[in-house]
Amino acid sequence: MTGEQIVFLVVAFVTLFAGLMVVTTRNLVHAALWLVAALFGVAVTYVTLNANFLAVVQVVVYIGAIAILFIFAVMLTRRDMRDQGPQMNKNWWLGAVLAVLTFGGLYFLLQGWEGMTKTATSYPVGFDAISELGNALVSPAGYVLPFEVASVLLVAALVGAVYVAFNPRNGNSGK
Amino acid sequence: MVPLSWYLIFAAALFSIGMFGVLSRRNAVAILLGIELMLNSVNINLAAFWRYGDVHLMAGQVFAIIVFAVAAAEVAVGLALVISVYRSRRTVVADEIDMMKW
Repeated sequence: MTGEQIVFLVVAFVTLFAGLMVVTTRNLVHAALWLVAALFGVAVTYVTLNANFLAVVQVVVYIGAIAILFIFAVMLTRRDMRDQGPQMNKNWWLGAVLAVLTFGGLYFLLQGWEGMTKTATSYPVGFDAISELGNALVSPAGYVLPFEVASVLLVAALVGAVYVAFNPRNGNSGK
Repeated sequence: MVPLSWYLIFAAALFSIGMFGVLSRRNAVAILLGIELMLNSVNINLAAFWRYGDVHLMAGQVFAIIVFAVAAAEVAVGLALVISVYRSRRTVVADEIDMMKW
């Protein structure tokens, strides 16, 4: 077992444990903080895959923005949900069965695929993935159209979010 | 080097955990937390396929970045909806948000 494999296994188990805590812990603020841990684990996974830019964006966008947004939302909506009453709905066992079946089905599908045991070719020396990615994102021969569609989607989502969360009765005080 | 299967199985496990969260949580914010886990597992798959395929083809990373943007948009709209519903119904329990249920 090489060092890379040990690092991967440690990160994977920490991430999966954090993910389990996200979906099972009662206190939602703790769940959001466990989500931060899981997102950090995914960022480390990106680093092990040589996807450095994705790792940085994961930390900046997911942990810096999305997780904090979750914590804000939990704090704005917590009332009596926190420590009393069941956190799971009455069909939670059905959800658990479906999740296990999904994992089993994916695992079975992957076992039957011959590309499964593929190992990576060595990373090319001097290959600048970030500038390649930048070129791919803005070149007309690359992915400029999906990139622009994503930016339009972001603008639409932000306008929609502001409109939906805006309270016309109390102005913007949010009472 | 880690074989590709480890990444795929890790991503499948993370996806299943997120799906369990989506299906079984009562709190709408917790459901969105589960969706975040699922989107992240998909991104692991995209990055792994980029690395184990031809690294000169950037489609995997480009699509992962599109998923980042979609996740940010989804969270912004989802949490705005949750806060709006909370304001009018005083609840974030998904079962009790049933005004469109006939």
